[in-house]
Amino acid sequence: MGLFDRIKAGLQKTRQAVADGLGDVFIGEGDIDEDFYERLEETLIRSDMGAEASERIIDKLRDQVPENHLRRRKDAKKFLIKDITGEMQNAPDAFDFEKERSVVFVTGVNGVGKTTFCGKLAYKLTREGKKVILAAADTYRAGAAEQLSLWAERAGCDLVQGNPGADPSSVIYDAANAAMSRNADILICDTAGRLENRRNLMEELKKMDRVIDKVMPGVRRENLLVLDAVTGQNAVSQAKGFAGVTDLTGIVLTKLDGTPKGGIAVAIESELKVPVKYIGTGEQKEDLERFDAETFVKAMFADDTSEEVSEDDW
Amino acid sequence: MAFESLSDKLQQTFKTLRGKGRLTEEDVRLAMKDVRMALLEADVNYSVVKDFTSRIREQAVGSDVMNGLNPAQSVIKLVKDELVELLGGEQAELVFQPGKSLTVIMMCGLQGSGKTTTAVKIAGKLREKGKKSLLAAGDVYRPAAIDQLKINAEKLGVDVFSMGTEVSPVDIAEKAVEEAKKGEYNVLIIDTAGRLQIDDRMMEELQEIKKRIVVHQTLLAIDAMTGQEAVNVASEFDKRIGVDALVITKLDSDTRGGAVLSVRAVTGKPVVYAGTGEKLDAIELFYPDRMADRILGMGDVLSLIEKAERNIDIDEDTGRSMVSRMKKGRLNYNDYLLSMQQMKGMGGLKSILGLMPGLGTKQLTEAADQVDDRELARTEAIILSMTEAERDNPKLMNPSRKRRIAAGAGLDIAEVNRFIKKFEQGQKFMKQMPGMLRGHGNNPFGF
Repeated sequence: MGLFDRIKAGLQKTRQAVADGLGDVFIGEGDIDEDFYERLEETLIRSDMGAEASERIIDKLRDQVPENHLRRRKDAKKFLIKDITGEMQNAPDAFDFEKERSVVFVTGVNGVGKTTFCGKLAYKLTREGKKVILAAADTYRAGAAEQLSLWAERAGCDLVQGNPGADPSSVIYDAANAAMSRNADILICDTAGRLENRRNLMEELKKMDRVIDKVMPGVRRENLLVLDAVTGQNAVSQAKGFAGVTDLTGIVLTKLDGTPKGGIAVAIESELKVPVKYIGTGEQKEDLERFDAETFVKAMFADDTSEEVSEDDW
Repeated sequence: MAFESLSDKLQQTFKTLRGKGRLTEEDVRLAMKDVRMALLEADVNYSVVKDFTSRIREQAVGSDVMNGLNPAQSVIKLVKDELVELLGGEQAELVFQPGKSLTVIMMCGLQGSGKTTTAVKIAGKLREKGKKSLLAAGDVYRPAAIDQLKINAEKLGVDVFSMGTEVSPVDIAEKAVEEAKKGEYNVLIIDTAGRLQIDDRMMEELQEIKKRIVVHQTLLAIDAMTGQEAVNVASEFDKRIGVDALVITKLDSDTRGGAVLSVRAVTGKPVVYAGTGEKLDAIELFYPDRMADRILGMGDVLSLIEKAERNIDIDEDTGRSMVSRMKKGRLNYNDYLLSMQQMKGMGGLKSILGLMPGLGTKQLTEAADQVDDRELARTEAIILSMTEAERDNPKLMNPSRKRRIAAGAGLDIAEVNRFIKKFEQGQKFMKQMPGMLRGHGNNPFGF
């Protein structure tokens, strides 16, 4: 099943529970009128895009409608998809770190799926022939290192871990040295979940960040923030908080099989300019995909009834 | 997030209207726009917001709210009262079986919503009430979930029933009930794996558990940071397996927590607990009125006052003699220690500041962060390493004593010096400025 189908499958499953989905606002041959704008706003807000970002997007559409002589709702849809896709597009070199020697530093609040993401990424890269080392720097949560070691087994890669309660920076230090001496391609560092309003814990992250730079100076860094796709506006606060500690290069949106929405990604992109790089779409080890803006935005605005919602059609 | 509190926003809106004899419907409409925006930014569900604002508008226009001296205040009060109502009005608690008979509780929720941690926290909380709990490890899917439950339960001394990961959760639940009855436990809490509300197979598993054994209370854990989807999650869980009560988790984040309002409003189920931190005792009863304040960005003053009342019990004499010593600039280390312990009893400075109104703003959070709770612990160690005589009479201090104190506290002598210097400076400062001490009540050190 392709990425589009998977997201769309999630969408359809959810649709059974939701009265009206995101794409429904575009159904029908109706004109672009006030009623349409109102329903569009509702649609965007329901996708967790936030009241502010939604307003901005709609204002832009209002300007564009007369300029581009848009009349039909489905024209507006095409326009919106193009607009948002443009904003969410990854740079051409976004995934170059997968090809070079690099350190992937994974952060996020509690329960978003950091450990699972690290495991899936290790599995994916190992299968692509890379030598991967996983660092279990979550020495706080009970069972976190065990969870990651099971993933290391599945992926068939090395794991570096410390004792429960150990300074996570010491685990990072050991792992970075192991990566150097074993000549690994990619070091993936899992960290403990922490709320971005905890200063001490954020300082701890900074320290880990420094240790990586110290042991592996000049190595390519990929600093990923993991976000749960059902998170609301607090995700923006999370992104800001973590961006203040480590130079974020990307967002991982997890649990997208539960919600077709994930509009929060749009809000973050527009406020912080940090792109989404991966999405998690299930619990299996293969359920990790590179983010593709076009597919994602189309799936967001897909509706069940409209014929045009097939991948080829777009 | 740079939220302005709703009350600030409303004040602003109404400021421009001051001077008008009374407010018109149009004015109310404008105010409701602010209310709407505030609620949406707090992640309250769109439909819930829509119903809510139209209800408020009706009430506001129909009543004489708009004729009052301070319409902004009246509208805020109206909004808050309605929110409290939506959040369930009264504070609710878990319902137990009569007497000593076994109450079976089942936890459920999405992945990462905090079920396992909450299960352990509840067991700990119930022990305070004299109830003996058994935790059943029913999450056989997430790697190491059972370890997490066991390790945390052990920290609190709560028993765990586990059959490993090869047995179906339904069988585990059944065996756990037998075990709980045999062991004369009062409460059995079954932890289950996180699952999506749209995952048919996984939802059937929970239905199967409820068919096979009698579950008295099904608790749904909801992450306070959840967005618009919270409503679908909750109503689907309720529809498929039947939810009796809600637990809101991660309320210590800086989220407004509008999800809890939506879920409460849509399902009508009471919220029985709120998780407020990673520590295993960080769970509290849920107070609708305080949550309403939080959603509106008005701070949780009541919780703060209650915390203070619960934890500060300096008798009046001690307080008065402390103030008198303070005025003369003759405070001793015992006074310092006492003040510090009061604060620690209230959960540390951060926890206190977190409850203050308007603390969404960055500067205040940063200020709070600068006072490190760990530093307080170090200071306490220093004072506790002093002899009684030294504590009573700060003038006794000399290098040899300082060295001994440093060794006793397990700290570097520089740190002891720094603290003593800070203390002495404080003394001088107080002597010079007796005026500014007024209003600090029992706490001369001002924290």
